[in-house]
Amino acid sequence: MADKRLRIIVAKPGLDGHDRGAKIIARALRDAGFEVIYTGLHQTPEMIAEAAVQEDADAVGLSVLSGAHMTLFPEVLRLLKEKGADDVAIFGGGIIPDEDATRLKQMGVREIFTPGASTEDIVKWVNANVSPRQ
Amino acid sequence: MSMSNKQEWLKGPYQDAKERPVRFSTISDMEIDPLYTPDDVRGGYADKLGNPGEYPYTRGPYGSMYRGRLWTMRQFAGFGLAEDTNARFHFLLKQGQDGLSTAFDMPTLMGYDADHERARGEVGREGVAVSTIDDMMVLFKGIPLDKVTTSMTVNCSASVLLAMYLVMAERNGVPWERVGGTIQNDMLKEFIAQKEWISPPAPSLRIVTDMIEFCAKKVPRWHAVSISGYHIRECGSTAVQELAFTLADGICYVEDAMSRGLNVDEFAPRLSFFWNLHNDFLEEVAKLRAARRIWAKLMKERFGAKSERSMTLKCHAQTAGASLTAQQPVNNVVRVAIQALAGVMGGVQSLHTNSMDETLALPTENAVMVALRTQQIIAEETGVTNTIDPLGGSFAIEALTDKMEAEAMAYIRKIDEMGGMLKAIDTGYPQREIAEAAFAYQRQLERNEKVVVGVNKYSIPEEIPIATLKIDRELEERQIQRVRKIKRERNSTSVKDALKRVAEACRSGENLMPPICDAVRVGASVGEISDIYRAEFGVYTDPGWI
Repeated sequence: MADKRLRIIVAKPGLDGHDRGAKIIARALRDAGFEVIYTGLHQTPEMIAEAAVQEDADAVGLSVLSGAHMTLFPEVLRLLKEKGADDVAIFGGGIIPDEDATRLKQMGVREIFTPGASTEDIVKWVNANVSPRQ
Repeated sequence: MSMSNKQEWLKGPYQDAKERPVRFSTISDMEIDPLYTPDDVRGGYADKLGNPGEYPYTRGPYGSMYRGRLWTMRQFAGFGLAEDTNARFHFLLKQGQDGLSTAFDMPTLMGYDADHERARGEVGREGVAVSTIDDMMVLFKGIPLDKVTTSMTVNCSASVLLAMYLVMAERNGVPWERVGGTIQNDMLKEFIAQKEWISPPAPSLRIVTDMIEFCAKKVPRWHAVSISGYHIRECGSTAVQELAFTLADGICYVEDAMSRGLNVDEFAPRLSFFWNLHNDFLEEVAKLRAARRIWAKLMKERFGAKSERSMTLKCHAQTAGASLTAQQPVNNVVRVAIQALAGVMGGVQSLHTNSMDETLALPTENAVMVALRTQQIIAEETGVTNTIDPLGGSFAIEALTDKMEAEAMAYIRKIDEMGGMLKAIDTGYPQREIAEAAFAYQRQLERNEKVVVGVNKYSIPEEIPIATLKIDRELEERQIQRVRKIKRERNSTSVKDALKRVAEACRSGENLMPPICDAVRVGASVGEISDIYRAEFGVYTDPGWI
């Protein structure tokens, strides 16, 4: 269906409690007309991959500010692949140095947003790059 | 006197002149008048300001302030393994810093050992990894514990880390009466803002109060709680919300301790506060002055404190991490300097200045030195320490101080009506107020109604590269091996018995600190004691409000 609203999970993997950004993104995506599910804090990669499958998500936005992105992002990618859901678009944000962002994109993360990115940029990116899963 | 009639002036000379087409408001969106005059300042000097060291302490908690003693320069540090942070501590002390401040890694902060599944990728990354007393011994090796005061930023596992610090001091031959420092241990603001928790709010409050009581009796130079607005502000609150929610948290701790039969003057002198220093200079100075006045009145009038030391609000402050930009990061040095100056003008007792590279990674040694030098320049070169509360009496500062007091008190009354902060947290009231403010500010930025230099104005296409500290990923494995070795080699029967006594204290209501100290002595870990909390008090999960 062409008019199917995109379902996006905004997830906070890891142990850090910095949810200001995740909540702002969740709210901006919702205001932009997407269906948004916010997982809350302290999710394991397993919980996030499971939620993506259960909720039939088209995209998952991961927010990490603890520096553990090189462990947590690839683990979410791996688990989604294992569950046959590697077509879910994964994007992310947080304090992520350029060289890590480059490596994460090589692994299959579609986009990384760093401090200073506007909610408008993120909404535009989702509109241009995420399509409903078949 | 007609000369000071503000309304006439506004309708006359001001209206005839040009005004830029912008909204004149603080970063918290508080509207600011074009001019403040004697018309805006009400009340007498003695009632509202008082001299420094005199009720209501608006001008400062101590008589001589920085003429007597400069603020403590206390840079927050922690990364990697205990020996890495120990080296940074020795570096900072050598550079003229006079107090230590410890950053722990996320597993330690959340009550997990390095060898726990949930610690993967997080060991030593955001702070130092401490799982057992052995790590604590290494962390403070060679530090004179009776001379240097230590601050530890840790909350839901604070009881364990304080026990480890005390046992470490004991093993180094320093009696508890001579150990001085602060542990953050402000669980209420965790549920509101920073969001590091193990158990639900009510048992979390009980542990905090156990520590307040224990320290009042056994560790008299220790601040058992640092009531923190810092994280509330970082989470996106306004300055007034930071002020109001923090003081409302303070009210809750005082009420809980008094409900156990403690006399307010037994513990209140050791309550300390921790504020954020954001970009809006006048608003920040007014906030710090209003905080002292409100607290003094609350302690005297509401709680019947008799001791002056109970009425004076003493505080640490840190420049606003969230105000720093990844873009043109050297500009952050300027932001930090202005924020730190606001702290000094506001009369803080202790200060941390952020490093320019903190939006990118943990700070390098070089960046930390610039941050520390910023404080030293304010202290030694600018002359602002020569006179006390130099902005006091400014019409603008006094009017803003009054306005912040009035608006914060309106919030505090509302929380009182809800039945206090524990109840307010359960309904998500402060959490939602902060999320609203954070979202509103983000929208203002995106509509260019508020400016961040280098981000939505004066941006340049190329980022300025600066060096960042790298954390060796292999150290996680080393810490895991270290923790496993300790767990293999200790007396497991003593550990089991000691943990059982902690669990019994959870149930009986006796003070938790003595059995936790015993458990730490025989090698029980942060994760194991936190597991007792999980089993006895339950686990809190994020309601995930957006």
